[in-house]
Formats: sequence, C-alpha cells, structure tokens
Amino acid sequence: MAQTFTQDNFDAEVLNSPVPVMVDFWAPWCGPCRMIGPLVEEIAVEFDGKGAKVGKVNVDENGALAQKYGIMSIPAVLMFKGGQPVGQMIGSQPKEKLLEMLKKAM
Amino acid sequence: MRNLIIIGAGPAGYTSAVYAARAELMPLVFEGAVYGGQLMTTTEVENYPGFSKGILGPSLMGEMREQAKRFGAELVSENVTSVDFSSHPFKVIAGNRVEEAKTVIISTGASHRKLGIPSEDALWGKGISACATCDAFFFKNKVVAVVGGGDSAMEEASFVARFASKVYVLVRTDKLRASKIMAERAQKNGKIEFIYNVAVEEVLGTGVGHVTGLRLKDSVSGITRDLSCDGMFLAIGLVPSVDLFKGIVDLDERGYIKTKNVTETNIPGVFAAGDVQDAKYRQAITAAGSGCAAALDAQRYIEKLEEQA
Repeated sequence: MAQTFTQDNFDAEVLNSPVPVMVDFWAPWCGPCRMIGPLVEEIAVEFDGKGAKVGKVNVDENGALAQKYGIMSIPAVLMFKGGQPVGQMIGSQPKEKLLEMLKKAM
Repeated sequence: MRNLIIIGAGPAGYTSAVYAARAELMPLVFEGAVYGGQLMTTTEVENYPGFSKGILGPSLMGEMREQAKRFGAELVSENVTSVDFSSHPFKVIAGNRVEEAKTVIISTGASHRKLGIPSEDALWGKGISACATCDAFFFKNKVVAVVGGGDSAMEEASFVARFASKVYVLVRTDKLRASKIMAERAQKNGKIEFIYNVAVEEVLGTGVGHVTGLRLKDSVSGITRDLSCDGMFLAIGLVPSVDLFKGIVDLDERGYIKTKNVTETNIPGVFAAGDVQDAKYRQAITAAGSGCAAALDAQRYIEKLEEQA
C-alpha cells in the first residue's frame, strides 16, 4: 500500500530514504486526484520491497510541504532521490508515464 | 469481434455504455487515463436533472461509471493510440492491444483551450491552471486572474474568490458571454473585478519559475500593460478531442466531428456523441442525451447487419 507522508515523517521517509521515492501530492476535493490515486496504489504494491518507495501527501493537511516544493497544481507526482526532487508530473497521467519516471530514478 | 467499442468516458460515453450494456451488446469502453471528462474538475452541478440539491461533478461521474459497470460494460483505462475504420470490422488500437468491433461510438469530448504562447507552457502548474476546484486552494490570500467571459469563467472566478484576496476576470471583448445567473453571481462578489477588451500577451515569471503577472494588451487602445498577480486560471473555451480521427472521420470547419441524423458520422457504423460533435449546447445533459442516441443507433445498425447476414 502507498505510505502516508506528512510534515513530521517526510525527512525520515522521503528525504533520507536509501531508495527513490514517488510522492503523490493530492487532496480529497480534487477530482483528477481521484483518478491518479488508484494508479499510485497499484505502483506501490508492484514495487513494494523492490527498490522504490511510493507514498502520498495530503496537501490540505501538509500545506508547508506543498509550499516547499512549489506545488501550485494537483495532482502532482514528484520523484525524490537522495533527498532531492529529480522528476515531476502535473495533472492526470497514464500509469506508463508514472512508471517511466519511477524507473528513470531507480 | 465485439459489437461495440466506445472511446471516451464522459457523460456521453457512459450513457451510451449504460444503454448498450442493457441491450446486451457488451460494450468495451476505452476510458483513457482520465475518466469522467470535464465534470471531474467542477464542483457543484446544479442543472443536471434528478438532483434537486445539486451533485458534485466527480460524484455524478462516479455514479454514471458504476451504472455502466453494473450492466456489464467492460471499462479499460488504456489510451487509444490509433483507429482503423477503413474496413469492417473496425479496429481500435491501444498500444499493443488491438480490438475489433462492428460499431464504434466516439465520445472523446473536448479539452480546455490554451492561450498557445510559450510562457504558458513554461509556467503550466506553476501558477497557471484550468481547474479552479483543484488548484484554487494554493492561492489563499493571493491575487489571481481568470481569463474568459463565459459561464465557466464565472464559475472559476467565484470559486477562486473563496480563497484569493482579489480576482481579476479578463474578458477579450466588451461584454460577457456568460448566462445572466452566472454573471450576476460573479458581479456581486466584492473580490472580483472585471477588465474588458484585453488579451493576455505573455505570462510573466519564467525567470523565477512561477507566475508573477500578466502582460495585457488592450484591444481598443492597443496599449500594453503589466498586471501583477500570482496565478492565472484559463476558461477560454474548449477544443474537441479529435486527434485520433483526423483524416479518417469528417470534421467541420471548427474541428468538431460532423454528424447527420443526430449521431451518424460519414462512416456507416461509426457514431459520435457529446462535446466532440457538439459546438452548440455543450452540456452534461445534452452529451448524455446524444450518448443514448448513439447507443440506440449502434444497436439498430447491428440489427440491420444481422438481418442482411
């Protein structure tokens, strides 16, 4: 299952993660986020224990994180590696595009 | 070979799926990566009959989707990459997947028109958006411009004004195209200011990586000036999603699929429904209605094929 990242665990779980991390910035009131959500879940299951981590940030509850990474449009999926964002996709995406970004970071 | 393939999953696509599934045509629906269409980025839908208290756009589309599924429509999220309507059966191709069918309904809808300037691409998602319900939240106490003068511009402006400290509505002509009720709602809002006869020439802020303002040109005086703002929401109309069908299905001069007898395209057995063929009404209910008509037309076409066989 996709992990839940918050302001409190973001450093430990994402920035200091030994493996690349895919982070889905979303909110409950965002229609297109509901479409990408299930795809992110699928990817989380597929890559569980296989060299990558996948999780979600609710921007409603973690506004500071959204602000820190300049998120002004959601859904936004960011790829983190070695504590840095290395990829970003804004708007609904097909699963292949998300996988492409993930594999590039691995 | 399948009876029917439906390409697109908005009100037109799902309604045709419901009708076709109930008629036991076992339709296959290519929803694409993005199901639900334009209503997925709206909030309250107040004019869809049957919901006296209104219904949220995404909820309405979720219901339509469930209804199509309930009667056995097969829904797949692949994006169609090409079609071949040159011979029978018709072929619909999505990557490596090739599906064949006796009939096809095109209900790919329309997407938001963009300004088409380089600074817009550079700052998309960095202060530029076409979905107020998704992104207005990021503009709390900020200054935002909404571009457009129709109903969707009024809706976007009213919604953004819940968050922003100030909302400019930039209108290309000297009057609004919006319906009276929508225009009045926006005009009564103290945070919303209307600027007429202006075109956006450039989005400012590419140097810093987010929107800092807009360069506006007054279409009457020709004078250019900069409007400082933190965001821009586009509501300047729609373009029909016809890329897959160019050179295959006849389009009208505005790029919409040409239909006769409501849903028939120039290719017998290929039907079109919803915004992809409707430049005039563009409502969820008219899209749903034409989706129903397309399913009935496809059903009759298949019956005729069987009679001839």
